[in-house]
Amino acid sequence: MSGPMSKLLLDDLSMVFNTGGTEFVALAPATLSVPAGRFVSLIGPSGCGKSTLFNIIAGLEAPTTGRVLIDGEDYTGYIGQVGYMLQKDLLLPWRTVLDNVALGMEIAGTPIKEARARALPLIKRYGLSGFENQYPSSLSGGMRQRAALLRTLLVERDIVLLDEPFGALDAQTKAQMQEWLLQIFADFGRTVIFVTHDVEEAVYLSDEIHVMATRPGRIIETLPVDLPRPRDRSIVSTPRFVAMKKYCLDLLHLGEQGALAA
Amino acid sequence: MNSKTSSLPASMSVAEPAPQSKTKLKRFARRLPKRKIWPTWALASVQGVILAGFVALWEVAASSGWIDAFFWSQPSAIAHTLGIFFAEGNAYVDIAYTFRSTIFGFILGTSLGAVLGMSFWWSRNYALIMQPYIICLESIPKLALAPLIILVFGMGLASKVAIATALTLVVSTLTAYSGVQAVDRDQEKLFYSLGASRWQVFTKLVAPSCVPWVISILRVNIGLALTGSIVGEFVASQHGLGRTILYAGQTYEIALVWVAVLVLSALSILMYIGVSWLERILRKGVVR
Repeated sequence: MSGPMSKLLLDDLSMVFNTGGTEFVALAPATLSVPAGRFVSLIGPSGCGKSTLFNIIAGLEAPTTGRVLIDGEDYTGYIGQVGYMLQKDLLLPWRTVLDNVALGMEIAGTPIKEARARALPLIKRYGLSGFENQYPSSLSGGMRQRAALLRTLLVERDIVLLDEPFGALDAQTKAQMQEWLLQIFADFGRTVIFVTHDVEEAVYLSDEIHVMATRPGRIIETLPVDLPRPRDRSIVSTPRFVAMKKYCLDLLHLGEQGALAA
Repeated sequence: MNSKTSSLPASMSVAEPAPQSKTKLKRFARRLPKRKIWPTWALASVQGVILAGFVALWEVAASSGWIDAFFWSQPSAIAHTLGIFFAEGNAYVDIAYTFRSTIFGFILGTSLGAVLGMSFWWSRNYALIMQPYIICLESIPKLALAPLIILVFGMGLASKVAIATALTLVVSTLTAYSGVQAVDRDQEKLFYSLGASRWQVFTKLVAPSCVPWVISILRVNIGLALTGSIVGEFVASQHGLGRTILYAGQTYEIALVWVAVLVLSALSILMYIGVSWLERILRKGVVR
């Protein structure tokens, strides 16, 4: 593995829980290299260790073995090194949208006035204009996710982890949010690691897909998505897209059968 | 498909019930019950009528001898005494005295309790060690300690404040601790993922999350603090509405007892309004 080449390198990460004498392998040793500026997706059934992997990268859980390298340096067990957006939007109900978006910067020590000044243009630009002084309770599901993602992006970390951010949205909103995310990805140039169990979403958004399987949680295959960018919605009906989607689905089924056989 | 089915001739429809069954089966038909709220003036006038009726009944019953006016007093006598109480007695000294000890006790008990309860967030071990003591403190009937508190803190204001504080402190502590335990784990995770320190998590997440819990005890604490002050005055005091009630009871001035109770109620309502106002400020943005 070429250390300096990859933005994020997961070196032989594994996670074993020991509950009452029985070992549970949440994540079998996994090695993963993500180059800078790439959009990488992890797909897999629930219990395949996606969330464990994210928690380890974010420094919220200590791996049993392995290291997390960012720009070649060991950051295993350090918090605040990556932007992490959890499944729920987790907006604070007592803060306005503006102050919620500014939260990450505020924690990083930016004075609140400056943090607000930097958050405001983004709020206006990315579809929350007019809502900056509203409280989250008056926002729709899609808008809440937008606010949560802007909060994550404003922390100014090169790597952003997104854990099924659109999982709870209806199909139409989800499609809009995907377009929106692609726009943001193009504008910000961050390295994104995206967890989903929606195969179409993964193919549509990513440069590379890692397919995972359960029992033990592991990465079974990595495949590059060689569709040109910028991508248009119409791409989903091209033969290449359909073939790729089918390939991923087959892999997921195979993983499931493997787990059943074991 | 549907349009075809509906265009079938009536004779071919199998769903059509036989004509004789129509007379046998009475269709179940009930409307959604209507709940209409009367206009405010109507509600208020009914409330007024009930109050006036109660007062009138009391007056008539007392003057016609159905109830003993010596023990129960009567509205006219109470109104008369009320006038004397404010015109001649040192009413304002007594009111201010009770009001002051209640407010001090309320503020001290609520804030100390909230701080103590939230402090349990800092260490699980500390919380676990303190738990039995807190439960013990809760189970002690604190009013039973009133004579002791008077001995320690003296006859003055301090002892009343101490009793009011003791009553409100434990409830506030337990409620604030419940608030701490209810803090969303994922929310905490988000803060740490942003690189937050423990102090930042406490000030920006834990403390604001506890605000609704603290709000919920404010109203209860008003009543508790008032009870504490009055019991303190019952045991030993030179001023206050509690002392007035005790004195009036011992000298069979029942009308004066009622006057003091009325003034206490008015005081309590006043503090409720104050607390509601405080709530609105604290609740800003927190939708519950």
